[in-house]
Amino acid sequence: MNPQPDIKKLEEQACNIRISIIEMLSKAGSGHPGGSLSCAEVITVLFFHVLRIKPQDPNWPDRDRFHLSKGHSCPVLYAALAERGYFDKKELSNLRRLGALLQGHPDRRTPGIEVASGSLGQGLSVALGMSLAGRIDKKDYRVYCLMGDGEIQEGNIWEAAMACAHYKCDNLCAVLDYNGFQIDGKISEIMALEPLKDKWQAFGWHAVEINGHNIAEIIKAFEEAKTIKGKPTIIIAKTTKGKGVSCMENVVDFHGRAPNETETKQALEDLKKKKSL
Amino acid sequence: MAEALYQREVYGKTLVELGKDHQNIIVLDADLSSSTKTKLFGKAYPERFFNFGVAEQNMMATAAGLASCGKVVFASTFAMFATGRAWDQLRNSVCYNNFNVKLVATHAGVSVGEDGASHQAIEDIALMRSIPNMKIIVPCDGPETKDAVIAALNTPGPFYIRLSRAKVPTIEEKKPFKLGKSCVIKEGNDVSIFACGIMVEQAIKAEEILKKEGISARVINMHTLRPLDEEMIIKCVKETKGLVVCEEHTVVGGLASAIDEVVCENIPTKVIRVGIRNRFGQSGSPAELLKEYNLTGSDIVIAAKKVLSAKGG
Repeated sequence: MNPQPDIKKLEEQACNIRISIIEMLSKAGSGHPGGSLSCAEVITVLFFHVLRIKPQDPNWPDRDRFHLSKGHSCPVLYAALAERGYFDKKELSNLRRLGALLQGHPDRRTPGIEVASGSLGQGLSVALGMSLAGRIDKKDYRVYCLMGDGEIQEGNIWEAAMACAHYKCDNLCAVLDYNGFQIDGKISEIMALEPLKDKWQAFGWHAVEINGHNIAEIIKAFEEAKTIKGKPTIIIAKTTKGKGVSCMENVVDFHGRAPNETETKQALEDLKKKKSL
Repeated sequence: MAEALYQREVYGKTLVELGKDHQNIIVLDADLSSSTKTKLFGKAYPERFFNFGVAEQNMMATAAGLASCGKVVFASTFAMFATGRAWDQLRNSVCYNNFNVKLVATHAGVSVGEDGASHQAIEDIALMRSIPNMKIIVPCDGPETKDAVIAALNTPGPFYIRLSRAKVPTIEEKKPFKLGKSCVIKEGNDVSIFACGIMVEQAIKAEEILKKEGISARVINMHTLRPLDEEMIIKCVKETKGLVVCEEHTVVGGLASAIDEVVCENIPTKVIRVGIRNRFGQSGSPAELLKEYNLTGSDIVIAAKKVLSAKGG
């Protein structure tokens, strides 16, 4: 981890990533902007501050592992991977095309993708496997897993939650992108999750609630997670779906729809204005 | 036929043997380690054994995570739960990534016996055969179980190995095991009888009955369903007058379907299927159930005669 984070620079990076998300989705003509925009700060902090990685050597055995369990939000991950140099930025404009390096949901053909995802609810188990492998191999890498809030309605997540605590996986840190919406509407109306922090604590986890758009809070939470021994940590990051784009914020339609030409123009204006502030 | 063995006992012991030199072997179970015999590995190498409780979906996706870090993962539970409960995890987290996860499932088929239909997987092969990258072995006895486990360890990618609950007699006439290559157990030129798993024993019984009646049957142990020995199938169509396929599985999607696909595309001929037809299993002793579901040597004899009469043989 870089000793002194430059908060301002990370904020700017998150804004660049948002611009990249809008551009690639607009070009692709389909995809999931809402949940990509909501976790832009979390992904930025991970890929530009927290993760111990070597983009030129994606299979470096001692790398920290990151797994995107909410696979549909891959545009945010692709933007970060491209920015870190895992592959040429030109690939972003081929998203979702036949034969593309960047598939509609994460695929191992993409440098930086450890395990495919897309079918929700499996990622925390995948992260558990990575965590156990690290323990067996006596490696000091850490494992990070980003989940969606709608996703944790899957039973598999709670099987994994039990197992991560049972096996005392303190090298594992999960992040929940808690933007409050799923495809069919508000989480609280479709299938309520609260009390969420209590649930994770009852499952044996150290749980931290933060503002998922506040870079300093995100950094502090990841640092805290490293100090917790004997149990896994979950960072419940309260976020806004579609964050940073006025026509997309809290609009459920943008869970899985790309912006049209007018919306794209508006979105890029919003983001560029924010960047110049 | 020689000594009868539990395939799962052989499996557990083989894992312990292999675990010594292969430090990258990790074994997982979901609360059935006493039955699947993975507990033998757990006892020998506790740091490389994980029990996930009654949570097969978590076991399967965790296997993928371990494999992504270079481990060879053997994951076990009953065939019903291994292939049914965790199918999505197996498809998306294991097979799509082409990971080194070896799913070794026990208690397949109606020969599970008294536990009844809920525990008798009869559609597991169909479920596994439909997933790209998955290789499938259905060993016929104890020693072949060991061969299958070693082949899975030495061959990259996901495997499904299907084992029985009950003791099975050792088939003496086998040739050395080769992944993807079937093995002729009895030579014959009237009818070809293909079988896998415990049905190989029944096919041999059928061959003995048919021989007494002057019908010469070829018995082929089709232990590998993926990759399938297409060459042998085509050869048998050319050299004999008809095919019978036997499996302790529904006639939909298993060995018979696999052979039918090859025959239809290459050399159409009549194939009679000996398997379970649109029914669930039920309680009973394994022997009673094989009889009830028409899976005995006598049933294979009837099928062989049927295919020969259709051919005018």
